Amino acid sequence: MAELDEVLRVDELRTYFYTQEGTVRAVDGASFAVKRGQVLGIVGESGCGKSVAAQSILRIVPPPGRIVGGQIIYHRQVAADGASNLSEMLNLTEMHPRGQEMRSIRGSEISMVFQEPMTSLDPVYTVGDQIMEAITLHQNVDRREARKRAIEMLEQVGMPRPGEIVDNYPHQLSGGMRQRVMIAIALSCHPSLLIADEPTTALDVTTEAQILDLMRNLQKQTGTAIVYITHNLGVIAEMCDDVAVMYLGKVVEQADVDSIFYDPKHPYTQALLRSIPRIGQARKRLEPIKGIVPDPYAIPQGCPFWPRCIHAMPGLCDHDQPEYVPIAPGHSVRCHLFRQEAM
Amino acid sequence: MAISQPVGSTDLLLEVKDLKKHFPIRRGFLRRTVGYVKAVDGVSLRIRRGETFGLVGESGCGKTTTGRCILRLIEPTSGEVILHDPEKGPVHVEALDKDQMRDLRRDLQIVFQDPYSSLNPRLTVQQIVGEPLVVNKIARGKELQDRVAELLAAVGLRSEVMDRYPHAFSGGQRQRIGLARALALNPKFIVADEPVSALDVSVQAQVLNLMEDLQDKFGLTYLFVAHDLSVIEHISKHVAVMYVGKLVESAPTDELFRNPRHPYTEALMSAVPKPDPRAQSARILLTGEVANPAKPPPGCYFHPRCRYAIDRCKVEAPALAEIAPEHLVACWRAAELDLRGIG
Repeated sequence: MAELDEVLRVDELRTYFYTQEGTVRAVDGASFAVKRGQVLGIVGESGCGKSVAAQSILRIVPPPGRIVGGQIIYHRQVAADGASNLSEMLNLTEMHPRGQEMRSIRGSEISMVFQEPMTSLDPVYTVGDQIMEAITLHQNVDRREARKRAIEMLEQVGMPRPGEIVDNYPHQLSGGMRQRVMIAIALSCHPSLLIADEPTTALDVTTEAQILDLMRNLQKQTGTAIVYITHNLGVIAEMCDDVAVMYLGKVVEQADVDSIFYDPKHPYTQALLRSIPRIGQARKRLEPIKGIVPDPYAIPQGCPFWPRCIHAMPGLCDHDQPEYVPIAPGHSVRCHLFRQEAM
Repeated sequence: MAISQPVGSTDLLLEVKDLKKHFPIRRGFLRRTVGYVKAVDGVSLRIRRGETFGLVGESGCGKTTTGRCILRLIEPTSGEVILHDPEKGPVHVEALDKDQMRDLRRDLQIVFQDPYSSLNPRLTVQQIVGEPLVVNKIARGKELQDRVAELLAAVGLRSEVMDRYPHAFSGGQRQRIGLARALALNPKFIVADEPVSALDVSVQAQVLNLMEDLQDKFGLTYLFVAHDLSVIEHISKHVAVMYVGKLVESAPTDELFRNPRHPYTEALMSAVPKPDPRAQSARILLTGEVANPAKPPPGCYFHPRCRYAIDRCKVEAPALAEIAPEHLVACWRAAELDLRGIG
């Protein structure tokens, strides 16, 4: 059973926002799986629902958003003594967002790093206070021990002079340093799963390279699985084992990273890869995707991508929603070109 | 060829000589000047008619300030900006008075990064695009309307959108409106300040293609300011790399990317995540952070992060010198180093 080594499975998740202007189906049938100790990249353009999917996993969807369907299954590792690898299945969608159960998972077993390191750190507490808060909340240690661990964490994320930085406030640090602090907080309780939502988007390329390098090294050391959310295909190619491509609330394709880049099946994945300028390649005219991402209040009927798709089949794609079907081990596609009976 | 051909005065459009912008740092009750942020510190550029000149660097390097000083949207501290007009001869932009500058603004335009804040939300598309024509008393009434429709058609928008307000448009469409406004007075030169960095990847390609088409059609010259090396490589004929207010390297695009001669350029190129999982190579990781332009280190500003730095780099700042035809570099060790390019 392949499912045994999964740490998270999201199945037909639907998270809607009920606003005065209408219902925004931010996530509308997203399915993906994260293997233990691996990195799953979620890639998509703004408004595709990738961040809301992450918030749904952590059960921190802001109102008026609500999970209205689907399941989020977290496989908690109970015993890992070599011989037996027992895990307990927990359905996060059934938990109360502010309940004891969810709170013990959030920040401890599943933790997160966000895009804006300035807004996600509290400006009135020192860096050390904020790392210690995470440690004392989830682990039974006193302040002195927590402080010791906080300094260790800062060292682990490559912070120079950790003994000094621990007493600094966030404004005294640069963007890259703040993101290192966020990673230190996120990893302080040795989570099984880390959700990183565009953690390097606000950083410069040379700083981004440092943070990517750090995350990759820590991931190898600790074996933490990561859901890495980004719009940057370069970062995906570099960081991820598996990739889920999202478009308008749906995962349209999931596969291993090599298949996504060398054998993409969904027309959107193919078009996205063709549209980006690539460094070091002969300069030729770019091939943009026609049209624009539709308004979230007016998502087209049928396959949401059909108005922009070069393979759209009239009468079918603009009418019926395609099923999400497996086409090879570990490779699934949501497109009428790949139908169940064609298998 | 030992000496490169000087750029002939006929094909040279814009020349920038030793441009400086030093922002004073004021402190205390008397607002005494205690120092300067040398945002732009001696930048020289030669931009040919009809070409795209790329200016690349990380945030805070002074690339945006350079673009704005050229247009005198920010008054430069010192330096020369010379516009070569085949009829009027060379015009010293920095020495013009207010009225003369107003006339010259027809030739020099700008497209901004953020398509959300650079369009007045209270004006219709017709008012936004037509404003330069009204202000300069070029067209009114029916003529104005026809001209706006013509401009909108040039950027790929239908004339029916004329009465709508900016909020009704997506980011890519707003950037098209910004381009139409910049084109209204038939400019010769456009500073494009990160025009695609706020756009989604699938829309970036549309806008880049449009900018290339407009350049061909109207014989435009662009100064394309960006931080994204793959976009810069795609669109530019010639590229200059900035670091803490100074140019460190400048060369024709292919030459720069295949044969970088400055360690910073090498590191910058190596830091870009490549959208290809099979082409992941060892990366040059820079240590530390970008120098503070208010308190730059002595010698070469890059030396604290440079893995090739020698003692001389710590005390003496290298000047920009020609190392190959049209290839300028500011590094003491440029001749002896064998640096890694792309491809």
